[in-house]
Amino acid sequence: MVSMHPQYSSHHLLDHLLAFGHLLRQFGVAIDPGQMLDLLRALDHVAIGQREDVHLTCRSVLVRRREDLPVFDEAWEFFWAVQRQGAPGGMALPEGPSKELKIPRRLQRHLDRPADEDRQREEQGDVEIQLSFSHSEQLRRKDFAHFTADELDEARALIAQLEPRVALRRIRRFVPGRGRRVDARRTLRHTLRSGGEVTELLRRQRKLKQRPLVVLCDISGSMDRYSRILIQFVHVISAGLRDVETFVFGTRLTRITRMLEHNDIDEAVDAVGAAVTDWGGGTRIGQAIKDFNFVWGRRVLGRGAVVLLISDGWDRGEPTLLGAEMARLQRTSYRLIWLNPLLGMPGYEPLTRGMQAALPHVDDFLPVHNLHSLEQLGAKLAETLRR
Amino acid sequence: MSDASTFSSIDALQSALSAHSYVADRPLATAVYLALKLGKPLLLEGEAGVGKTEIAKVLARLLDTRLIRLQCYEGLDVATAVYEWNYPRQMLYLRAAESGGGTKEQALHDIFGPDFLLKRPLLQALEVSENGRPAVLLVDELDRADDEFEAFLLEVLSDFQVTIPEIGTIAAAQPPVAILTSNRTREIHDALKRRCLYHWIDYPSIDKEIEIVNTRMPGVGERLSQQVVTFVHELRQMDLYKLPGIAETLDWVSALTALDRTALDPATVDDTLGALLKYQDDIAAVRKRGVQALLRG
Repeated sequence: MVSMHPQYSSHHLLDHLLAFGHLLRQFGVAIDPGQMLDLLRALDHVAIGQREDVHLTCRSVLVRRREDLPVFDEAWEFFWAVQRQGAPGGMALPEGPSKELKIPRRLQRHLDRPADEDRQREEQGDVEIQLSFSHSEQLRRKDFAHFTADELDEARALIAQLEPRVALRRIRRFVPGRGRRVDARRTLRHTLRSGGEVTELLRRQRKLKQRPLVVLCDISGSMDRYSRILIQFVHVISAGLRDVETFVFGTRLTRITRMLEHNDIDEAVDAVGAAVTDWGGGTRIGQAIKDFNFVWGRRVLGRGAVVLLISDGWDRGEPTLLGAEMARLQRTSYRLIWLNPLLGMPGYEPLTRGMQAALPHVDDFLPVHNLHSLEQLGAKLAETLRR
Repeated sequence: MSDASTFSSIDALQSALSAHSYVADRPLATAVYLALKLGKPLLLEGEAGVGKTEIAKVLARLLDTRLIRLQCYEGLDVATAVYEWNYPRQMLYLRAAESGGGTKEQALHDIFGPDFLLKRPLLQALEVSENGRPAVLLVDELDRADDEFEAFLLEVLSDFQVTIPEIGTIAAAQPPVAILTSNRTREIHDALKRRCLYHWIDYPSIDKEIEIVNTRMPGVGERLSQQVVTFVHELRQMDLYKLPGIAETLDWVSALTALDRTALDPATVDDTLGALLKYQDDIAAVRKRGVQALLRG
């Protein structure tokens, strides 16, 4: 540990820092030049000889997300291990597998992880889900499960044309309008214009904002005929709205929000496919919802979100767990909507133990088996979400 | 008392913090030290109750300056966070000026002067305190504010200046020491993070937490603090919705002290669980697991 940095002159330090920054970027930690400059300034204030202080300083300046902290520490260890072996100051990652410079496995999976891009979506005004397919009634009413390949393509094209629209909620922010509250600032301005006489009280009202939408989609084997086309539907919805979080689950929960940000639907679906390992397997809905509640609930449900849970209710898990977690999910969301493709089947009754446990905690129970039901869902979203 | 430039090293800051009853580990001390030296805001993330807010309060005492706290909530706007004109007063002044025979231009000029400006926390933070030192600005629970607020906070934190159309730009002579906290109920926007140094505060180790309890509540016996902290650490291993933070540990210790307890026993723990756990489900889970079993560790 002591002889960690053999030739620690400031000249070498700069080289090392640049090389290390480069290494971090390769592991998907987004670093900009400003941070490197900050780091140089910061290092003026710490004792360069103190390995731990230099480490902590780099950490404070270069890392901005908790997820990146372990990656950073691993990369740091790796970097200096390589330096100790006498590689030249500027370091490139070894091209092929190399005995001496073996990248630790924990780091390897971060290699070329795409650095998170800013999620800056255009501020959208009134968004609308204009869900009307002008297509033949027959296709609209046909169950997705019975679609031919051609029909599936056609349905995908139709879904791609959807214009999302979601309801707005009143937030604690004001805009000029016809509310009850007097807008003092505008009134004063107005008064000045008319020579100091208050001729009119201008008013303001609460601003309306779109509610966040959270989608939890079952991708287990029994949902196979539906899940792919429904993911497409979700892709279209997320493209049109500001605040959509999407998760899929079979035996475990995966967040796919970032992957759906690909504009191209095929790329998006490919990215999802690559990230999800339990596609077409079994289902543990209760466990998946529990994971969601624990890890994500507080982060994405804070603002009165509408939750869409898409599943056929075939659960291999414990019904009491499902019931308890559904209850929590309902309490923390504004509205919990269960979409069940089986509901489109004539004579279907939600009798499975899982469905029985979950149903008391669902605000709406709706079918999603054909284009027509997607249309209705759009209308439902638009209507429930507006206060 | 000292100002920011007195801390010649991380060690110096660390011991100054502990002299003010704040036990900071090395990584946190480093982050705070750098924030002071570089004049950059420090974004602290971590679970609730790990001492994020406390560090700002301690810093203000340590630096002998004002603490300006801005509690965030959804819908926080410029009028509440930065400044607002005192409209009723402006109106009255206008009318008075008119009847007093002053010119309208003069009156207009007057009413948009500093006397009519109501300064809110972010604007106050740009002013030095009475002893000439920059203030400590605490922007608390930033994750509860919305995007619109983050946008103008970004503006303030980039240059430490605020532009008021009627007056012009007000810049800080000395930038405040800015501490931003987030419980991470949502992600803070990258643009804002880019302006800040970042530090994640974890739950402390058992030894560290015992040290914290002893520092903050000197009268507590060694046995009790040891037992309490060990028990809390057991709880943090469990699958609970809301894990108890240091704040809860301290609350619990005060509760136990108020009950004159010097050691933990199952009945007392059961009676006072409410000081530690804030969800009924969690309390039920702990009871199910058995307080006695947990006490044995």
